[in-house]
Amino acid sequence: MSQAPLRIVVIDENQVRAAILEDGLRAAGLTDLHIIRETTHLLRRIVAIDPDVVIIDLENPSRDVLEQMFQVSRMVSRPVAMFVDQSDTASIEAAIDAGVSAYIVDGLRKERVKPILDMTISRFNAFSRLQRELNEAKSALEDRKVIERAKGILMRTRGLSEEEAFVLLRQSAMNEKKKLAEIAQSVVTAASLFGG
Amino acid sequence: MTISELGPGIEVDAPRRARAAQPRTVRAGFIPLVDASVLIVAAELGFAEREGVRLDLVKDVSWSNIRDRLAFRQFDVAHMLNPMPIASQLALGSNPFPVIAPFSLGLGGNAITLSVDLYRQMQEAAGLAGAEDAMANGRALKAIVEGRRARGEPMLAFAMTYPFSSHNYEFRYWMGAAGIHPDRDVRMVVVPPPLTADALLAGAIDGFCVGAPWNMLAVEAGVGRIVATKPDLWPSSPEKVIGVRHDWAELNRETLAQLIVALDAAARWCDEPGNRDILASILARPAYIGAPVEILKRVLSGEFTVDPNGTMRQVDDYFVFHRKLANFPFVSHALWTYSQMVRWGQTGLSAKGLAAATAAYRPDIYRAALAGRTTPLPLADSKREGEPNAVVPSDHGGVAMGPDAFCDGRLFDPAEIEAYIAGFEIHNRDCAPGDAVTADN
Repeated sequence: MSQAPLRIVVIDENQVRAAILEDGLRAAGLTDLHIIRETTHLLRRIVAIDPDVVIIDLENPSRDVLEQMFQVSRMVSRPVAMFVDQSDTASIEAAIDAGVSAYIVDGLRKERVKPILDMTISRFNAFSRLQRELNEAKSALEDRKVIERAKGILMRTRGLSEEEAFVLLRQSAMNEKKKLAEIAQSVVTAASLFGG
Repeated sequence: MTISELGPGIEVDAPRRARAAQPRTVRAGFIPLVDASVLIVAAELGFAEREGVRLDLVKDVSWSNIRDRLAFRQFDVAHMLNPMPIASQLALGSNPFPVIAPFSLGLGGNAITLSVDLYRQMQEAAGLAGAEDAMANGRALKAIVEGRRARGEPMLAFAMTYPFSSHNYEFRYWMGAAGIHPDRDVRMVVVPPPLTADALLAGAIDGFCVGAPWNMLAVEAGVGRIVATKPDLWPSSPEKVIGVRHDWAELNRETLAQLIVALDAAARWCDEPGNRDILASILARPAYIGAPVEILKRVLSGEFTVDPNGTMRQVDDYFVFHRKLANFPFVSHALWTYSQMVRWGQTGLSAKGLAAATAAYRPDIYRAALAGRTTPLPLADSKREGEPNAVVPSDHGGVAMGPDAFCDGRLFDPAEIEAYIAGFEIHNRDCAPGDAVTADN
């Protein structure tokens, strides 16, 4: 069993996520890293790199290309297996939940691979969290914009102050058990229909 | 839309249970392909709900994901390539869990498409006029393959979608019948279906075998020429199945039976020509296939544009969703698939292997779910495959299977599987599993 640093291939078309993962792996001292974003001639490129571990995101349809590695193992000098150890289903489940899969060469000790998989899972989850927060922030910004427009419409058509317009929107939202932004959106829609 | 508004084909049996107390949610993974129709229709048009099943469809991008999400319980059932449950029982590939197939989603749907340029070379070499059958096209391809070898040119690269796929075995069968060795004369690679037309255009591959609508889309994009369809190679060859984890099947027998009744009714609906336009418009939605509705309509009715010049070809029974016992999981289908796995060196022939392949298909579950209903149940679990105009005995009388010959005229008798496999001159049996070809991608 060689103790040479593990060579890792990361296949991810999402550049931001790949960068987050790369950062984590490098910080853990895994510097023999190869990031593949373009999946044409994927198998040929993997064979040329001859990695110990291949990490691929589950949104990538090219994952099926990797399955061919099991069939054509003469071309990869060492047999490859998916990171499936029937005794460790929790870890593979966590990987699938996080949206990632890993393939390792046969004979690699589990202790050497486990930290890599754990790191990958946590970085993938961190990316999802980031994405979710970004989406929430975006939608909060959109909400604020539509509320501002609705307030403006109410101030203009009903002769209200900004404060009064906001109170009216909030009161309607509470009465109708809707979100403030939804009520604001209906004000904006109605105004456009009535030429307000 | 409710079932009473669905139009023809709804000669229905009574629901399996008068009314389920609480609908059971079944999560089902699928790949956006026309052969997922039965599953999609069961969810979309209320057939599942009528049986007390809430079918929750989840679209996915790769067969590997489908396999793993089923194994690790993100899915309860899944739209699968028929060799996948067999491979899982044989522990081939990176299969983490054994899966069974209690229902076939129908027959047909694939085709082999070559690049326009390669077909033009075949026309020149063999004087093809354009209306030749699949075998004549295969022989023309052989002439090209030999010419390239004589001139020392690189091998042609052909794509399929997954190592354990009907596409892989069909493409290989066609080449083998034409005298081409798929592991020595050409390179076989995997390309995901949505990328096939682009790969052809980029010259990364010279042809592919894939399900609908991708062949027609490659032709429409001006890059592909269809040279064989699945019915040309073997009309009642198996295609997709419903894959189920065996432990889930054990724990949810009633739900699985209800699901099979729903799928049976949905399949019958899909087979009705009068429903094909509605079916095409459902499949066209982005949540399902997201392809142009006109192309889907033509695919469903087998009206093929085979080349970019607009040459038309009518393929009868390109899709069979319910007729001809299309949903019955014939053990002979599983064994034929196993015979091809052995032929191409993916596994060896053994009593254990035969038992594992047989265990992948579960006609007993299908029979129990549909007993006493209007859908005919064949009297035997296996049949001789490739027999033209066979009539298969069933509890509703004989079912005519139509012209069902293999393109090379062979017959597959599951009782004679060893002799059948030995009869192929072109094979890769000597190749130990895991020590296969020198392909690259």
